[in-house]
Amino acid sequence: MQQVQSTKWMTHGEAGLTLFFTVAAFFCAFAAAKALDAPFAFHASLAAVASAAAAFAIVNRYFDRPAALPPQEINGKPNYNLGPIKFASFMAMFWGIAGFTVGVLIASQLAWPWLNFDLPWTSFGRLRPLHTSAVIFAFGGNVLIATSFYVVQRTCRARLAGDLAPWFVVLGYNFFIVVAGTGYLFGVTQSKEYAEPEWYSDLWLTIVWVVYLLVFLVTVIKRKEPHIFVANWFYLAFIVTIAVLHLGNNPALPVSVFGSKSYIAWGGVQDAMFQWWYGHNAVGFFLTAGFLAIMYYFIPKRAERPIYSYRLSIIHFWALIFLYIWAGPHHLHYTALPDWAQTLGMTFSVMLWMPSWGGMINGLMTLSGAWDKLRTDPVLRMLVVSVAFYGMSTFEGPMMSIKVVNSLSHYTDWTIGHVHSGALGWVGFVSFGALYCLVPWLWGRKQLYSLKLVNWHFWISTIGIVLYISAMWVSGILQGLMWRAYTSLGFLEYSFIETVEAMHPFYIIRAAGGALFLIGSLIMAYNLWMTVRAGEVELAAPLALQPAE
Amino acid sequence: MSFWTRHQIFEKNSIILVAGILVVIAIGGLVEITPLFYLKSTIEVIDGVRPYTPLELTGRNIYVREGCYLCHSQMIRPLRDEVERYGHFSLAAESMYDHPFQWGSKRTGPDLARVGAKYSDEWHVTHLTNPRAIVPQSVMPGYPFLAKTELDPDAIADHLKANRAVGVPYTDEQIANAAADLKAQADPDSAGTDAFAKRYPRAVVRNFDGKGGAPTEMDALVAYLQMLGTLVDFKLYNEKANLR
Repeated sequence: MQQVQSTKWMTHGEAGLTLFFTVAAFFCAFAAAKALDAPFAFHASLAAVASAAAAFAIVNRYFDRPAALPPQEINGKPNYNLGPIKFASFMAMFWGIAGFTVGVLIASQLAWPWLNFDLPWTSFGRLRPLHTSAVIFAFGGNVLIATSFYVVQRTCRARLAGDLAPWFVVLGYNFFIVVAGTGYLFGVTQSKEYAEPEWYSDLWLTIVWVVYLLVFLVTVIKRKEPHIFVANWFYLAFIVTIAVLHLGNNPALPVSVFGSKSYIAWGGVQDAMFQWWYGHNAVGFFLTAGFLAIMYYFIPKRAERPIYSYRLSIIHFWALIFLYIWAGPHHLHYTALPDWAQTLGMTFSVMLWMPSWGGMINGLMTLSGAWDKLRTDPVLRMLVVSVAFYGMSTFEGPMMSIKVVNSLSHYTDWTIGHVHSGALGWVGFVSFGALYCLVPWLWGRKQLYSLKLVNWHFWISTIGIVLYISAMWVSGILQGLMWRAYTSLGFLEYSFIETVEAMHPFYIIRAAGGALFLIGSLIMAYNLWMTVRAGEVELAAPLALQPAE
Repeated sequence: MSFWTRHQIFEKNSIILVAGILVVIAIGGLVEITPLFYLKSTIEVIDGVRPYTPLELTGRNIYVREGCYLCHSQMIRPLRDEVERYGHFSLAAESMYDHPFQWGSKRTGPDLARVGAKYSDEWHVTHLTNPRAIVPQSVMPGYPFLAKTELDPDAIADHLKANRAVGVPYTDEQIANAAADLKAQADPDSAGTDAFAKRYPRAVVRNFDGKGGAPTEMDALVAYLQMLGTLVDFKLYNEKANLR
């Protein structure tokens, strides 16, 4: 038996977390026993098991580890912490495939409704939040956590703050995803779009998110570089603002602390405004600011060029975060929300076009002098095309926020198409590009297993996106026009169901486009798997020497 | 010192950067949200708007649970075709007791803000059980399990209490009799209907699912759908009352 050194102590973090998880395990087991409904009992049991496992893992790790914690630096070079990043990257790929699969399923349900199977947990209304949360928060969130933990260490030349904290963030976040996702299938939902998780998931996410902010911020604070790199501004804005939005949109009163149902504090028109203040800025800060941070690190890195304009990035940053917050009311045009608020939302949405394109230009022009790489490097091509899609959706968005355009587009598939040109084209491709860069770096591989497969992924997915968004443009505009069509005698020309029937062919095309996108991601997963399993190991020390941006 | 040099204060101090971000993102939200708690048009009170009955609230929770809002809006815009298709445009007061609101953002199916009393109960029961039995081209999922799931009337009082805590004016009497009211609204022959009608004037009492026995989820959901948009009498509604 190994002699335990007398100088080896549990850190405050280890002792505190062990105590926290032990107490939590008992508390959750008690809550499971007292639960008023089956989903709550299931979630409480899940939390009890997870807490017990966490406490066990921490103690186990303590006995296995050497007396001293990993050093901050080795031979004067930062000792980067890559474990949590590897885990988040893996989960991103896993949730991405899961989310795309559910997307293809619900797209097919709209074309062939028998696919709902008339069962509660397979119906469109429960699977749709599962799809949106899986792609936005599970796939996108893990990409953001993985890349932010990587970028902040590299650009600050400092080891990630905390010993257990980074693991707490990645594991805690993914536990939140599991609770939220299974909840949707059981019908546990607040019904606030993109904020569906119930009160207890929201509370848990709040704890995880505060720790995420602290890990990121403290790493920035202990940086060895005098300047905070621009990508980190965007990551910080994303983390801080999502915290504010989450707290503002979700205050709710549970019916019982032992039940899943709660009632939101806000009602009616105030709730609507809070919801779309949140909802649009989930787009603005989760799906935009966070991924712009990825753009500002990975494109210069991959193209081996500096960012086009530092001053433009300063203007881009402040203008984007200031203007975005105002844009929410464009989701509520012509509703019972007062006109002045709608007009403000529209005005700021149109203004938002400028910083968005400023950012796009900054990203694209970073390739000055390296455009030839687009021919030879499909990963860079993916990153650049993502920025092009970003430019397209950030033009389309302001246009759709104009009230007269919105009177046609709102409530139709045009909105769905718009969201997906941003989500598949921008968020999807920039994430894929970042993961293609990140996986060889994390696992110390010389290069990807196959660039040819990246090329296949790129083209199959691009065709999928084009099919998807053009089908939705046509169906959205068609349905909008059919709703408002009048006969020469002044009667409404179409019944509602006739407009539904007209959507059928486009729903099939959309499902096919989604399936292509899914196939692309499966190719990617295989490629990344083979890179880790069989990729050529990089000989030169890959972790220490690359300079910060 | 140029603007670009001054900006270095944000680039070199993480706490100042975070503070700057917080200030910049706070402005828009404060300007757009705060007035909604004070303006007359967003806190107006209109005759007829009342809190949901226990059965309707139960139905509304089923509507939320099944994600109906993902395909059906409850917000009629003041556009000619919408007003002709669905009825009078929606007023803020009509959703004042909605925690959360159900305005929706997509119309894969039609708007439901005024679906109440448009179709018979039997139509709704058949349609919810198998939409294509009534509308062959429909893409709506079927919900045959609703009619088979009985409600637990005793649980509803706590829901009324939680609603009162977030601002819905349920009286003590309504909370104390919540379970009885839930049963009474779905059973016209029961003794409790008179007392129910006193507590919720003009609320409809019917055997919504058309079956005998304990109230089911189908009763609750149909009761909710049948009251949607029926509270305000637009023959009496004074649209000038809230003009300034």
